Amino acid sequence: MKHTEPLSKGPDWNFELIDRYDQAIREVAVGEFGLDCYPNQIEIIASEQMLDAYASVGLPISYPHWSFGKQFIIQQEAYRKGAQGLAYEIVINSDPCIAYLMEENSMPLQGLVIAHACYGHNSFFKGNYLFRQWTSADSIIDYMVFARNYVSRCEERYGIQAVEDMFDACHTLRDYGVSRYHRPRQLSITEELARQRERAEYDRLRHDEIWSTLPVNPADQNQQMPAGSVEEPQENILYFLEKFSPKLSGWQREIIRIVRKMGQYFYPQGQTQVMNEGWATFWHYTILNRLYDKGLVDDSFMIEVLASHTNVIMQRGFDERGYGGLNPYALGFAMFMDIRRICEEPTDEDRHWFPDIAGTPWLPALDFAMRNYKDESFIRQYLSPKLIRDFHLFAIADYEDNAYLEVDSIHNEAGYQRVRRLLSDQYNRDGQLPDLQVSGFDQDGDRSLTIQHRIHRYRPLSDEADTVLGHLQRLWGFDVKLETIDDSGVTLSDKLYS
Amino acid sequence: MSIIIDRRLNDRNKNAANRARFMRRYKAQIKRAVSDMVAERSIEKMRGGGDVKLPARDVSEPKLRHGTGGDREMVLPGNREFNAGDRLKRPPGGGEGEGGGEGGGDGEDSFTFTLSREEFMNLFFDDLELPHLVRNQVGDIKELRPQRAGFTSQGSPTNLSVVRTMRQALGRRIALRSAAQRRLDEIEALQEENEQTDDGWIDDAEVQLLRQRIKRVPFLDDIDLRFRNRVMVPKPMSQAVMFCLMDVSASMDEHRKDLAKRFYTLLHLFLSRKYERVDIVFIRHTDDADEVDEQTFFNDRKTGGTVVLSALELMREVIADRYAPDQWNIYAAQASDGDAFGADPERSRGFLEEQLLPLVRYYAYIEVNGFEPVRRSTLASTYQRIENSHFVMASVREHRDIYPVFRELFTADPARVVP
Repeated sequence: MKHTEPLSKGPDWNFELIDRYDQAIREVAVGEFGLDCYPNQIEIIASEQMLDAYASVGLPISYPHWSFGKQFIIQQEAYRKGAQGLAYEIVINSDPCIAYLMEENSMPLQGLVIAHACYGHNSFFKGNYLFRQWTSADSIIDYMVFARNYVSRCEERYGIQAVEDMFDACHTLRDYGVSRYHRPRQLSITEELARQRERAEYDRLRHDEIWSTLPVNPADQNQQMPAGSVEEPQENILYFLEKFSPKLSGWQREIIRIVRKMGQYFYPQGQTQVMNEGWATFWHYTILNRLYDKGLVDDSFMIEVLASHTNVIMQRGFDERGYGGLNPYALGFAMFMDIRRICEEPTDEDRHWFPDIAGTPWLPALDFAMRNYKDESFIRQYLSPKLIRDFHLFAIADYEDNAYLEVDSIHNEAGYQRVRRLLSDQYNRDGQLPDLQVSGFDQDGDRSLTIQHRIHRYRPLSDEADTVLGHLQRLWGFDVKLETIDDSGVTLSDKLYS
Repeated sequence: MSIIIDRRLNDRNKNAANRARFMRRYKAQIKRAVSDMVAERSIEKMRGGGDVKLPARDVSEPKLRHGTGGDREMVLPGNREFNAGDRLKRPPGGGEGEGGGEGGGDGEDSFTFTLSREEFMNLFFDDLELPHLVRNQVGDIKELRPQRAGFTSQGSPTNLSVVRTMRQALGRRIALRSAAQRRLDEIEALQEENEQTDDGWIDDAEVQLLRQRIKRVPFLDDIDLRFRNRVMVPKPMSQAVMFCLMDVSASMDEHRKDLAKRFYTLLHLFLSRKYERVDIVFIRHTDDADEVDEQTFFNDRKTGGTVVLSALELMREVIADRYAPDQWNIYAAQASDGDAFGADPERSRGFLEEQLLPLVRYYAYIEVNGFEPVRRSTLASTYQRIENSHFVMASVREHRDIYPVFRELFTADPARVVP
């Protein structure tokens, strides 16, 4: 069916138009390209409200804390000075997927945002494995409502200052409140007892006196854990504090939990920025072009959309003014476009590098990539030599022992593999965060806690570490020992916080 | 199907509470920054609020991260001239890189943000208050002001509300016509039926009558008219005038003028927190007084003797001329080094007490002593004898005295309230 009449003309929008665009976009996104999305909830907000939403890290509700006020002030200042335009949208990983559209946007921009957020991001949230594993989209809003109410009750009972101190301490450890692997569910006490009874019963039935005559190996006898160790090192420091800190009271544990939950909620987002934005950008580009081909939007619409689009995917060189690192929109968009290209028009190089997708249908290939990767693995898998050339990527090595920086590899035949690996490492969360784990807890002695910092490639902690460990010590309530070990496990230094 | 919701009417300032918390947390630092601003600005400019700079270190949120040093590689876009193996000089500052900071404002070492005028004033005058006595008088009602108060059925044509009137007329027309119209409809329905069966007759007279009745209902009637109603409500006085009197004779040096300027600034700010409009009148005097603009007031030199009375007389003239005491809240601040000669101090005191004090809300005499040792000046010792709750005096010697003295004069202290 070929429409010849565009859905609207001019920059003005109204609710009816938004609805019509949404339907047209849905028809393309879901009907033609088969994107799998949560239901959408599109909310129109004013720019001040957008600033608000920014400050509370993109969640519509949050507990009160001064740091959000600080964020808000930063955003407000930047906006006021015109240093930064507002994002056109914010989208929340929830079910239904909530997208904020700003009232100042023109109709073409609203169309762009609907395609980008309500179908691009939305399908990513629903499809990507990290989001599927780690966030319960249907309950985050409810949880935040609970958190906010709980926190304000705590403030009433224990005073704003006490609650604030608690959050200050927890926020410094925000990055260390994430569980990366699912654990089996903890058994309740009744279940545990039942299991023990079952085992005892099994032992009784299988009891054979003859086994008790076997000699006992004396080495096995004293298998008790040495004092001051935990069963296994814990990387989720906040979780450990919440469960085992000897001094905290109930509400304090709950606050640790709230911070932890939020950290966990944002955990996948931090690791899929390139993919997520790339995916959404790819889809708004593809969907709106399709609308244009169908004659549903006119030239002026498309020109405005493309103007914003090109701004968004702008990548400056490292030595240009305004360079702010690799632009996740640019890289992600280029990669998804490139996968499509490899599928549709592979060159010999592509066939050599990507034998499994070159020349296959592009939709399933893209879908597979979206579902099963995070930034790190996505780049390692899909960054093609062509893109490395297009972006003129090169790697610089900064080694402590050298008085100079060295160009490690560039965008040439010899360098593709290495540049790709290094770029992928750059998106690896483990490389970004220092490796600190709880390694010991002297339960029967002085109750001190040992934190092990495994130093990697001689990269030390920054100066702030002392403040953070001071907070940690306050949360723990007893001495905290920071033990620095090198890659081979040799202890380099000890530091006591008390 | 997507749900579309208009949230524009929801709360706009969700983060106001968080912002307030931020302010509370850093109140000490912010207040210090605000006090520093007094030195840099002119009186008028102080009103607008302004940028506050805090050291970034103070407001940072510490996190665990890698410090400088160790081995690492970075991948960057936009290579033009490098080849593998090239060596580069390490940039100064110990290898920045990795996206270059979080971009908090414009400076790496300071966190700048803007205070609204209100916040600025509140911080500045934290718990100061106009003396209780005066505040009561501020509430005195001297003037009336029209205010909207719904609609009435009588009024002047200029106040006619067309929309209301038409709405009223429409309602009336529907009400008056409906009975006749209903009957007419009935008859017409009957008529149609009869046409089909071709028997019976129609009461033409009744139809005519009904039609006439409907027609007679006027489009607009007197009773439809609605007028916007305005009532006169008492209007609290919202304007104040502030007289700055200063002795500019030779003995007032730059330092003393600067002290005086700071005091005037504070007073002006303080008043503009309370009143919608604050006029300032600058009167300088040596042995005679003249009214000047701010620039001249603070910067121009004029030499001569000292006759305080001249300034007071000029002030009374200006009041009589332009600021009727029943319409203006009058405040005055006089700054002087206290030198006065002959009969002048005594006559000034008399004039002030009898002529001026009854007109003003508050009269502050500030003696700027410079660095001289404490001694009671001639003027001060004469003024000392004034017994009037509208009059205060204080003496300042250094910059840092100004604010405390000002606070002392205006502290909301119930003990100072004169019944």
